[in-house]
Amino acid sequence: VKAFLQNFVHRRDFYAGSLMVLLGIGTFLQAQSYKLGTLTHMGPGFFPSILGVVLTGIGVLIAGSAAASHDEDAPVLPPHPEWRGWGCIIAGPLLFILFGHYGGLIPATFFCVFVSSLGDRTATLRGSLILATGITVFGALLFSFVLKVPFPLLRGVLS
Amino acid sequence: VISSALTNLWYGFGIALQPNNLLWCFVGVLVGNLVGVLPGMGVLATISILLPLTFGMKPVAAILMLAGVYYGAQYGGAICSILLNLPCHPPHAVTCLDGFPLTQQGKGGTALAVTMVASFVGASWGITEMIFLAPVLVQVALQFGPTEVCSLMMLGLLAGSTLARGSPLKGVAMTVLGLLLGIVGSDIETGSARFTFGFTQLEDGIEIVALALGLFGIAEFMNSVNQLAKVDTKYTNVRLRDMRPSREDLKKSFFPMIRGTLIGSLCALIPGTGPTIASFVSYATEKKISRTPERFGRGAIEGVACPEASTHSSVQGDFIPTMSLGIPGDAVMALLLGALIIQGIVPGPQLISQHPDIFWGLIASFWIGNILLVLLNVPMIGIWVKLLTIPYKYLYPSALFFVCIGVYSANNDLFQVGETLFIGLAGYVLLRLGFHPAPVLLGFVLGPRFEENFRRAMLIARGDLAVFVERPISAVFLGLCVLLIAGQILVRLRKPKDNPLVKADAALEHVHALATPEPESDPQVEKVRAAS
Repeated sequence: VKAFLQNFVHRRDFYAGSLMVLLGIGTFLQAQSYKLGTLTHMGPGFFPSILGVVLTGIGVLIAGSAAASHDEDAPVLPPHPEWRGWGCIIAGPLLFILFGHYGGLIPATFFCVFVSSLGDRTATLRGSLILATGITVFGALLFSFVLKVPFPLLRGVLS
Repeated sequence: VISSALTNLWYGFGIALQPNNLLWCFVGVLVGNLVGVLPGMGVLATISILLPLTFGMKPVAAILMLAGVYYGAQYGGAICSILLNLPCHPPHAVTCLDGFPLTQQGKGGTALAVTMVASFVGASWGITEMIFLAPVLVQVALQFGPTEVCSLMMLGLLAGSTLARGSPLKGVAMTVLGLLLGIVGSDIETGSARFTFGFTQLEDGIEIVALALGLFGIAEFMNSVNQLAKVDTKYTNVRLRDMRPSREDLKKSFFPMIRGTLIGSLCALIPGTGPTIASFVSYATEKKISRTPERFGRGAIEGVACPEASTHSSVQGDFIPTMSLGIPGDAVMALLLGALIIQGIVPGPQLISQHPDIFWGLIASFWIGNILLVLLNVPMIGIWVKLLTIPYKYLYPSALFFVCIGVYSANNDLFQVGETLFIGLAGYVLLRLGFHPAPVLLGFVLGPRFEENFRRAMLIARGDLAVFVERPISAVFLGLCVLLIAGQILVRLRKPKDNPLVKADAALEHVHALATPEPESDPQVEKVRAAS
């Protein structure tokens, strides 16, 4: 039994199913804070409650199929985790928000492209600088002058 | 029937040939072709980036352009498969099997030419099918009340999630998740905010652009960074004069082309089985009925012609349920439907009569777009081939910028960028847990209409759930749902290896594995890793 449980809780589908169960229960509980109503006159909480129950059920089935299967399991983390690549890709939009809020479109674009391009293992500083500059110029021309997206190029200096 | 179809088509050409619409159709197919050629760029991400730009356009121009991206990408994707052996676009994965050996034998140009012919034949049939079938479907669908619409949506969602790639259970889970995400925002009837967690920006609901770009942009980049094989450009100098197929090649690929087209048009009508499944099924069929099956996989021209024809006929046919019933078959169609909804157009059977300009203009633009694509691809093949060599390390940072600015311009709000990043992270976690995110979009787009119709059906029936089985049309749809579930359970219980869908999935993974060697086998990468 212990070996079975050991095998069970370390399978990918166990995590996948459990996540769905958590989401389903969370949805159901949250939906209770809205007006439920009756089947004839449904309130805002009725439909989400149904979905929460359904999602919980499917989650249980997914986790259950992990217990039944003995096939080779796929790992949750890939064989070579790309921490650097992932970090740089996440940093891109974050920097876009930060510099977009305080700086403007030009710094936002530059830092977004520059930092995210460093996520590639073969990236060089020089290559990333050139790419970031090129995209910044292109982006500013296209979005600011051609498409007229309301986003100041440099806040307080260039609109 | 034929004369009214021709009159409508004539009217459609009048719309599609207006300079403004023609221009946007051209832009759409051009961008689509470009994206198809670039390894590692997705159709869904591109359409979502362009979506905010269409907010200010007229609905006809917007939909012509976005649709053009979808079918344009199919032409480009084939080039990528045949010359580079990179199955970056799932529908063309199977084309690699025979397309690349042909390239290695120096017949890449011939393979491309046959692909163009097959694509055009397939697409033409798909469009014709749409002209005649859509109005018929509409006649039936106009009789539907909320009960029937509800059951039909149920069937569409279930088919879309269980017949697509991956485990059917996980597909259904993703659909339900999509329905849940569709709930976020103000309730239509009472106006009370649901699942907004105190963010006022979420009161209008989750932005569809943010959802699509998170799942198919950011999550995809995280999945592919440092994972794509280095592009081997040894075979990419194809010129126009190489693209002259011999009479024998054309003769050999004629019947496979026709068979592929028919299989594709059938697959288009079943929600959930889009171009990818169509191409696998037609390849398998062709191999089975061939007198020389051993030639397949070693450069048989039939193995290029039939999947390409079926992909294109299925791509065009995909629009039938979307435009006539308002039920999208896959994530791309869901996105296009979202674009229509943003333009203030209610999808459903009334679309053709209320907005004939959109429907017939779109059909006419398919012809124009496909002709433009052939014109773009044949003489300019050299340019497209050059684009194949742009490495991913330059592509994804640029694409990431387009994602950020695209989602910003949807509402001119940086909050949406954060929303996209959050969805992207969650999407990557789901991807690692074995969920395919495409059904999320399906559920998200249909969710609000599903809830509305469900509520209305229950109001009319005074809360009696039995109405769903008592009304005959609705009962048929629910019966099909039950059949679908029962079929899935039976097939998987008996012999999981014999299921054609499982097979197609396995084959796809196999082709992927062929094209993307494990990172450790690359000495360059190994060196970098040792250094750091």
